[in-house]
Amino acid sequence: MIELVWLIPVFPFIGFLINGLFGRNFPEKVIGWIGALSVGASFVVALGIFLELLGMPAAQRSVQKIVFTWILSGDLNVPIGFLVDPLSMVMLLVVTGVGCLIHIYSIGYMHGELGFRRFFAYLNLFVFNMLILVAANNFLLMFVGWEGVGLCSYLLIGYYYEKQSAADAGKKAFVVNRVGDFGFLIGMFLIFVTFGSLNYLDVFPAAQEKLTQGGLMVTLITLLLFVGATGKSAQIPLYTWLPDAMEGPTPVSALIHAATMVTAGVYMVSRCSVFYAMAPVSMTTVAVIGGATALFAATMGITQFDIKRVLAYSTISQLGYMFMACGVGAFASGIFHLMTHAFFKALLFLSAGSVMHAMSGELDMRKMGALSKKIPITCTVYWFGTLAIAGIVPFAGFFSKDEILFFALVRNPAFWVLGAVAAVMTSFYMFRSLYMTFYGESRVDHETAHHVHESPPLMTVPLMVLAALSLVGGFVGVPIFEGWHRFGDFLAPVFAPAKAILEHGHHAEHHSVTMEVVLMAVSVGIAVLGWLFARWMYVTNPSASDKAVEKFGSVHTLVYNKYWMDEIYDALFVNSIVNFSKLLWKYFDEGIIDAIVNGVGSVTRGIGELLRWLQTGLVKDYAYSILLGVLVVIGYLVLK
Amino acid sequence: MINSYLPVLVILLVSAFIGLAIIVLSTVLARRNPTPVKLMPYECGMDPIGGARRRFSVRFFVMGMLFIVFDIELIFLFPWTTVYDKLHFFGFVEMLVFVLILLVGLVYVWKKGALEWE
Amino acid sequence: MIPIPEVNLGGILPALVLCLAGLVVMMLGLFIRRGAVATAAVVSIAGVLIAAAANTPLRMMDKQAFAGLINLDAYTWFFNLLILISAGLTVLTSVRYLTDDGLDMYEYFVLLLFASAGMMFMVSANHLLIVFVGLETLSIAIYVLVGILPSSKKSKEAALKYLLLGAFSSAVFLYGAALLYGSAGSLGFPELAKYFKAGQISRMAYVGMGMVLVGFAFKVAAVPFHMWTPDVYEGAPAPLTGFMSVGVKAAAFAAFVRVFFQSMLPAQMNWIEIIWLLAALTMVLGNLAAIVQDNIKRMLAYSSIAHAGYLLIGMVAGKEAGPAGMLYYLLAYTFTNLGAFGVVALVGRKGEANVMIDDYRGLAKTNPFLALAMSIFLFSLAGIPPTAGFVGKFTIFSAAINAGYIWLVVIGVLTSAASVFYYFRVVMKMYMEVPETQPAELQFSPAMLLALGIALVGVLYIGVFPTNYLNLAALSVKPLF
Repeated sequence: MIELVWLIPVFPFIGFLINGLFGRNFPEKVIGWIGALSVGASFVVALGIFLELLGMPAAQRSVQKIVFTWILSGDLNVPIGFLVDPLSMVMLLVVTGVGCLIHIYSIGYMHGELGFRRFFAYLNLFVFNMLILVAANNFLLMFVGWEGVGLCSYLLIGYYYEKQSAADAGKKAFVVNRVGDFGFLIGMFLIFVTFGSLNYLDVFPAAQEKLTQGGLMVTLITLLLFVGATGKSAQIPLYTWLPDAMEGPTPVSALIHAATMVTAGVYMVSRCSVFYAMAPVSMTTVAVIGGATALFAATMGITQFDIKRVLAYSTISQLGYMFMACGVGAFASGIFHLMTHAFFKALLFLSAGSVMHAMSGELDMRKMGALSKKIPITCTVYWFGTLAIAGIVPFAGFFSKDEILFFALVRNPAFWVLGAVAAVMTSFYMFRSLYMTFYGESRVDHETAHHVHESPPLMTVPLMVLAALSLVGGFVGVPIFEGWHRFGDFLAPVFAPAKAILEHGHHAEHHSVTMEVVLMAVSVGIAVLGWLFARWMYVTNPSASDKAVEKFGSVHTLVYNKYWMDEIYDALFVNSIVNFSKLLWKYFDEGIIDAIVNGVGSVTRGIGELLRWLQTGLVKDYAYSILLGVLVVIGYLVLK
Repeated sequence: MINSYLPVLVILLVSAFIGLAIIVLSTVLARRNPTPVKLMPYECGMDPIGGARRRFSVRFFVMGMLFIVFDIELIFLFPWTTVYDKLHFFGFVEMLVFVLILLVGLVYVWKKGALEWE
Repeated sequence: MIPIPEVNLGGILPALVLCLAGLVVMMLGLFIRRGAVATAAVVSIAGVLIAAAANTPLRMMDKQAFAGLINLDAYTWFFNLLILISAGLTVLTSVRYLTDDGLDMYEYFVLLLFASAGMMFMVSANHLLIVFVGLETLSIAIYVLVGILPSSKKSKEAALKYLLLGAFSSAVFLYGAALLYGSAGSLGFPELAKYFKAGQISRMAYVGMGMVLVGFAFKVAAVPFHMWTPDVYEGAPAPLTGFMSVGVKAAAFAAFVRVFFQSMLPAQMNWIEIIWLLAALTMVLGNLAAIVQDNIKRMLAYSSIAHAGYLLIGMVAGKEAGPAGMLYYLLAYTFTNLGAFGVVALVGRKGEANVMIDDYRGLAKTNPFLALAMSIFLFSLAGIPPTAGFVGKFTIFSAAINAGYIWLVVIGVLTSAASVFYYFRVVMKMYMEVPETQPAELQFSPAMLLALGIALVGVLYIGVFPTNYLNLAALSVKPLF
């Protein structure tokens, strides 16, 4: 079965080709099911491989399958090949499983939309690229998938391209991501220079031999790779694209901007755990950035009224948790949270989509309220999602979040404080969105109220499956009892080398069970605190929120406007780059070179004259520029 | 080394002498009856003084260019004739190819009407 | 008996075939009343194919001919092939252009074939004078071609500008060559190499080297010798612009690399920093200036300047990997840019009325396949996998990293990230905007479709399976070292 791993990405690609090339005249249902089933087929194959992997001894669960040699040139040997190990297995299962559910949901959600076929073609293409990303056995192929998902994300964010805001958001996402990619690329080059290979199985085992513990090179590599991760996974400072990405259709937000693509950064960092373990500086950076993002994004989540934006900030915040986990060396916990987050965040987004569906596309929570009776299924599953993300026992989020907080405390209590404060806020804003949407007084306008209806089974069934997963998904990783943390044990071989490096010198610290239990109680307590506060503010005492806004006026304005980060970025980077290039074009190319050569005597001429020059196009000026170049070149050669 | 350039120097001197001699002799011997038209420098039959931005007939230039092309052909033929007997058949074929290529050019130019004055 | 140097007509057969085809087209055009362009195109393509066949034996050769004036080796073979590919594709994309105004501009093909023959001499030269003769043959033909559109003033202006500046740069080049001759006593590459290796290099030789460098930098459009490029590329007919940006550039780079690596390698310390600087300036300025363009031909002109910058990185990287990367890059770039300019020619419609980026709005709706093809070409230009452009950038960058030029690569990667912005602007216009007025129907010709198809397959095929081509490139630069 493992031999067939190449089939996993191939199925969605076939789906993409069929829908993309021939789907013009297919009815909606056919297009939708081709899309969903192609991902479903991948899921089945992935499941089969997973079972086979479980049957193997833990130490041998790392199988490389090379399909063909892609680039073979000099020292550079890059195969198209896949690596099946517990880490990629988890990712494959999450991507195909959640992906399949979201595809099915989309058949209902996108019903009647213009460009239905385009949507499914892109969605399949996305899944294909994502699978390439996680299953690749070398950095270059991972990069191919990395770019591919970026492209699909761009296409899907701009799905409603008639809307200027959607088109802009797509472009923003792409450009911000390219900033990150630059780091990834350079990091990859450095890896190649150091190891002479890009294949995981050549690189990671040789890490300790070729790199020095805490050395400059490994720090540089890991930091550069992390720059790539911050772009893709929306961490400080490259997070600004993700909230805007909500311009895309909701299933896209669920699949790409919550469950899968944005977690690619976490996956990549975990994949390189050995490198990170060797670079303490980078580890601290990752943890600090992750923790800071978790807290920072949570504060912004509190003030938003757009239900999808709340979820978007919550995603950024949760991704921050995952990075914090990686940063404190708990890679397995990061991946664990990645998985449970995929369940409950996909669930939350899809339920938000279901609410939108019911509300004729309304997103503003101020215009909702008291929907629990009208769309009970959606309301119920939203409850599941909220409880899970808030970390209430025994929902999935509890186990993974608690684990991260535990390791954070062990590493450095400051991280724990960051995480805990973020957790209160998370709980608060999630319950806030829950109460504002489904309870309290109805603020729905008449027109819309008329049409409120529960979504069709095509949408609710995937919701229920995800709700069930959000409930039980955490039980694969029960702490305290030996052998109950099956998830961690499964992943352990992958992270063993990193762990060995991290624990080198320190003897493995033993943690008392009491401490773990106390921590659990504290974190549940925290969650409940946020819950009760939200309840008091939005149900028991509805005017309290307005008062709070009044009281913290300036702070609220600051947070509500997302700390003006977008504006600051625009002013700092975007505008300055555009202006700079205009400057170069106008003044350097057509101004300075020409001006210098015409230099003498030009001082006396007026500015009007100068402006005329800018448009020259005169051959003599071009010739002067050549002459100047000749003089510089000759001068350099003669004087050297 | 420098000696080998002596003939060049001689040629320069001789040509300078001849050129000067002609000018001097003609100023000394010729009858002079200057008119403005006669005093104008000659340049392809157009008025050389005035703005440069006006239309002028290109016919002279086309003719001039064609003349140069065939002139060069001729210049190439001269040295060839002097060593023709030593180059044998190969030299003959080479020159034939060369002339043929120019011939194609001539046909093209002729057919396009570049040789017509009007 | 006058010694006749060894004559190896077989070695320069590809160029001879092209010349012959040019002459045949010239005569045929005169005597055919209707459809001269179509006939000319067919003959030209036949000429290109025969030349390609005649080119194959060169791959296995490694010798000189004509008293050491001409190199017959794998390097020549590679570039001859590249020139033939670009000439062939250009013929295919140009056909419609020449019949637009009811004129039968079959001369276009004649000049194209002569220019290609000139390029072949340039890439195979083993002597600076042969480089110069090839350069001039090529340049004169291109000057005329740029101004060939009878009804376009822009085209005339571009031709004149190019002629003047080209003559200027040729003069600089020739002056440099003369100074080199004065120092080394010969212009043959082996003799020059001997001179430079001997170590006693005079100032005059350095000045000569610098001027030759500038001559090449002008032809490849490196900053600050690039200023003609936007004007000329904008004015010339779009397919020809494509040809200039790949064929001429490839030939110039071929000679550039050959001259500097084969004969001036010992003086590398002296020229490498200049090229480093040129590369950096070219990448930065080309990319940033491209961002603010509204005319797609101007945008692609600045983009081609930027690509010259990436190629120069390969020269800086040196060893064998750098030039090998350049060869692959040029191959990838040939398919990509000819494809892109083919689309520009097609979308430009009659008289190139639609060459603004805004004219691409909604192309995906009206011509989905054309929009897809253009997107792929643009992706390749931006260097996004799995296109050939990505592999090209990757090999050049990794060669430079290996040689220790990390900062240059940082500039390269950063600027190519910036380039995504302007390439994607076009993609976005095609897919996400609607045109204000309904544009006229596009007129596809079979030749154009064939050319776009070949370019598209080329971009994707050598992008997905680059191994063989990378090896070919590596093999082809062997004779230089």
